[in-house]
Amino acid sequence: MEKFKITDLDLYYGTFKALIKVNLTIEANQITAFIGPSGCGKSTLLKSLNRMNDLIEGCRIDGNVLLDGEDIYGNIDVNLLRKRVGMVFQKPNPFPMSIYDNVAYGPRTHGIHSKIKLDEIVETSLRNAAIWDELKDRLKKSALGISGGQQQRLCIARALAVQPEVLLMDEPTSALDPISTSKIEDLISELKERYTIIIVTHNMQQAVRISDKTAFFLLGQVIEYDTTENIFSNPRQKETEDYITGRFG
Amino acid sequence: MRNKFDEQLELLNSELIMMGGLCEEVINMTTKALLSGNPKLAKEVFPLVEEIEKKEREIETLCLKLLLQQQPVAKDLRLISSALKMITDMARVGTQAADISEITLLENITKENSNIHIQDMALATIDMVNGSISAFVQRDLELAQAVIDYDDIVDEMFNEIKDDLIKLIGQDPSIGEYAVDMLMVSKYFEKIGDHAVNIAEWVVFSITGIHKEDHE
Repeated sequence: MEKFKITDLDLYYGTFKALIKVNLTIEANQITAFIGPSGCGKSTLLKSLNRMNDLIEGCRIDGNVLLDGEDIYGNIDVNLLRKRVGMVFQKPNPFPMSIYDNVAYGPRTHGIHSKIKLDEIVETSLRNAAIWDELKDRLKKSALGISGGQQQRLCIARALAVQPEVLLMDEPTSALDPISTSKIEDLISELKERYTIIIVTHNMQQAVRISDKTAFFLLGQVIEYDTTENIFSNPRQKETEDYITGRFG
Repeated sequence: MRNKFDEQLELLNSELIMMGGLCEEVINMTTKALLSGNPKLAKEVFPLVEEIEKKEREIETLCLKLLLQQQPVAKDLRLISSALKMITDMARVGTQAADISEITLLENITKENSNIHIQDMALATIDMVNGSISAFVQRDLELAQAVIDYDDIVDEMFNEIKDDLIKLIGQDPSIGEYAVDMLMVSKYFEKIGDHAVNIAEWVVFSITGIHKEDHE
């Protein structure tokens, strides 16, 4: 089932055209990886899927992005869109508050104030982010006092707390050590049963390990989009081959 | 970019060509010794087979090192995985050449009694081995396919030799030992043909990403 359908998407930062005629269909309950050299437009596309680019001055788009058939650049509630399409960033960015409050923050802004309900959401979200056992005895402690790997899983828990349908992840493990990276990768693979996941990564092996489909970007264009297995074993485009084999340029 | 990796891949390529060259040499020498009934020449086959086995271990080590250090993908991954499979077949060509030479040393098959079909079959398998190695060196899909197709002809030659030998035993039961040896020799040649086919199939895979079994 298709979750996102992106049709002829052009995106401009002022006069600079950052995305050129992007056409992609993102399948539900799959992990889709975006790869490509820095500045190729992969993070830009990711951010345009929950309208984070709205916050950038001079950014405008042409084309369509449909989420479950509905145009997200049409007449819709952007806050609701971002609740449905959550995001996890490259560097863990917990709020300077307790672990509990970090996870409860989203649900509270969406009007949930019952302690019993919030307790339940916090526990479920931390469990789903595979970090409940590590943090359950220090929920009232500052989130800034835990390790980078734990902070990143906390941020995933925070994203899960508002019950999104899609998780956008922008290089979620690039600032983490191998053990934390491995935990997050396992987590991402588990999460795909319930969520649609789109991940930007510079780590080719990570894309191979966890994603179902991979899109290769270059200079704002999608050069190739196929199953991850095909992309990494027998790519059709020379540019893809040159990039993934490290001979780009 | 990736100069070191490219150098290592180039080394892998030249090592494979070298191992292929040794296979061509060993099967030529084996055939010559068999058809001329020359035990001295047959003995020279064995050190060459050892050299092939040594080369197999060296290439295997290099491939594992490349997989570990470079985490290859796409055509690089295909070359390295094909290399790992091809060297097994190349080494088996060497082993079977040694088996033929051991039979040559028994001297039941001599220049006088070696029949015409075994000569044709030996030359055909030499062509197949040469063809599969050349297909790899030149990245030649057509040549690889020609080797694969030729297998049926060699199989047919084996059947002809078998029929010849059955007839011969019928005419003169005292030639039993010769006939059994000759049957084994021809079976070894037939197996060498099969290994050449395997090599050619991996050449096709390394170029196209499609292996025969993908279609089966």
